[in-house]
Amino acid sequence: MSIATLAIKSFRNRKFSVGLAIASIMLSVALLLGVEILREQARTSFTSTISGTDLIVGARSGSVNLLLYSVFRIGNPTNNIDWSSYDEIRRLPGVKWSIPLSMGDTHRGFRVLGTDDNYFRHYQYARERQLSLSNGAWFAQDDETVLGAVVAEKLGYQPGDKIIVAHGAGDESFITHDAKPFRVVGILEPTGTPVDRALHVSLAGFDGMHSDWRGADDDNGHDPLASVLGDAIPVEEDEHHEDAADHGDAHSISAFMLGLDSRAAAIGLQRRINQFDHEPLSAILPGVALLELWEIVGLVENTLFAISLLVITIGLFSMLIILMASINERRREMAILRALGARPGHIFALILGEAIFITLSGIVLGIALIYGVLVFGQGWIASEFGLFIGLELFTPNLVHVILLVALFGCLIGLIPGIRMYRYSLIDGMTVRV
Amino acid sequence: MTDPIIKIDTLRFAWPGQAAPLLRIARLEVTKGERVFLRGASGCGKSTLLGLVAGVLEPQSGSIQIIGQSLVAMSSASRDRFRADHYGIVFQQFNLIPYLSVIENVTLPCRFSAGRRRKAMSRSSNLDTEALRLLGHLDMADDAVIDKPVTELSVGQQQRVAAARALIGSPEILIADEPTSSMDAERRAAFIELLFRECDEAGATLLFVSHDQGLQKPFDRTIEFSNLNQTGTDEAPRLQSVT
Repeated sequence: MSIATLAIKSFRNRKFSVGLAIASIMLSVALLLGVEILREQARTSFTSTISGTDLIVGARSGSVNLLLYSVFRIGNPTNNIDWSSYDEIRRLPGVKWSIPLSMGDTHRGFRVLGTDDNYFRHYQYARERQLSLSNGAWFAQDDETVLGAVVAEKLGYQPGDKIIVAHGAGDESFITHDAKPFRVVGILEPTGTPVDRALHVSLAGFDGMHSDWRGADDDNGHDPLASVLGDAIPVEEDEHHEDAADHGDAHSISAFMLGLDSRAAAIGLQRRINQFDHEPLSAILPGVALLELWEIVGLVENTLFAISLLVITIGLFSMLIILMASINERRREMAILRALGARPGHIFALILGEAIFITLSGIVLGIALIYGVLVFGQGWIASEFGLFIGLELFTPNLVHVILLVALFGCLIGLIPGIRMYRYSLIDGMTVRV
Repeated sequence: MTDPIIKIDTLRFAWPGQAAPLLRIARLEVTKGERVFLRGASGCGKSTLLGLVAGVLEPQSGSIQIIGQSLVAMSSASRDRFRADHYGIVFQQFNLIPYLSVIENVTLPCRFSAGRRRKAMSRSSNLDTEALRLLGHLDMADDAVIDKPVTELSVGQQQRVAAARALIGSPEILIADEPTSSMDAERRAAFIELLFRECDEAGATLLFVSHDQGLQKPFDRTIEFSNLNQTGTDEAPRLQSVT
């Protein structure tokens, strides 16, 4: 029987405490990896929310605020942009495409986004991936809507269903546009971005809701479409209603996205838009604003990381405690082995080997645990949080973390190892009980 | 006259940090096959002397020759190997490794010493059989006993398993440190008789340590530890001379 088989038999004799030590390492490794994976995925997910867009323009506000409402659909625009401003800017030289965005309505807690064909054609996420439909077609009529994947799944809508939209961004809005249902014509493929959680309608359809609401309010009974846009005025922007007649789509929008012929032109155009004469506008570079926003979110991220480091420290400490407790139990065993000819080095190896075994099996089980959780929880996380967790566990960062845990586990094993080594020298063959 | 199998000369030992030596032994010789009873009160340093003889501890000065080889000259690694090859050791109690079976406990020394493994194999076809043979001599070959976890054996049974372990592979020197202290008188006598018989058969030299004077009778020779160890006895002889 080699020292290794002795060690294994000794383990079996102390299944419970060794098992506890392994479990504590396993759980802390799983937690650490889980947090790390979520962190990385959250960052990737976050920075891949929008891609290919060179500028986002909205009413004058902070860049994070503009990014939040235009891309993440969080919060509300401070003000709207007059259609004529949008029209002027989109015709500027160097502008390749533009996407108008109108927001402020919800359907059962999901945001409604007024936009046009350009959204489907030019909006990109992740690494220049375009939107695609899993079902149906992009809207063509003003009473048609295209649903994000999460909206369709959560609310169980199919193409052909009729839905009613409420005014305001709240979950349970009390004013509903009963008179004007939208027909679902298409459902988008999941993207893992806020696109999944939006209902897309045409700008005219978006404004039409308000014309209808207005009409119902006034109770003057005229055809909402016949009222055209002179009457289609959301309350918050009355002063612009004379411009609304200039075009057939909408009189004002919340924000718009621009794609340029050359990315290098973005800064120049940004300056120009920021100094726009007709109304105060802000243009932001999405990449820069994303980084700014991530710095804020990063605080949470760092806190999570710090917590998982503490957890791993506690895990390693519990192993140390369990090993140190076992040392006193095993002093007699070691004296017997010494008398039989075991070298102090053998004794040391026995104890250190145990620590290494506990650490490594804890790590392996921890990895297996988190992998299992990811495999089985992937779908749920994606539908619940819009986070698409990849299964590539062994990013360089995670490998480093795992190696560090292994190293610390072995270093910690030195403490009981050295103590037992010294005991074995002092005790000699005296069996201390 | 044969060469002594244990030969100690002007030995001096102190624990680290202790100024006064615990042990000072001018001379101790044990011849091959001799059965020596070393008597002394507990805590007087008997176990330390056994540690020195077994090469677990190192003296500050003096020489320890075992089977003609100097322990002091050996490296600690060679001493450990030497101990595995040439010694069988039985402690006072809790001799057995709790997570090993009776047979595994008995054959354990053969895992640390190729020499003893060879000698054990020369007597029986395999180690387990040799362990059973030795256990049989000690009235322990009963299946009901052998299949029990060692922790469920009585103290007397445990000590006999320990004796079988000490005897396997016929080591030259058998050291027994108070092996009978937790047995009743009848068991004690029987145990010592068993030890004698096995030592005779293996040609082993027995160094038996106890505080119990009542056990010394069957031994070839009794050494009083207080006469052997001259520490503190710088005063003791003077006191004696006064009286």
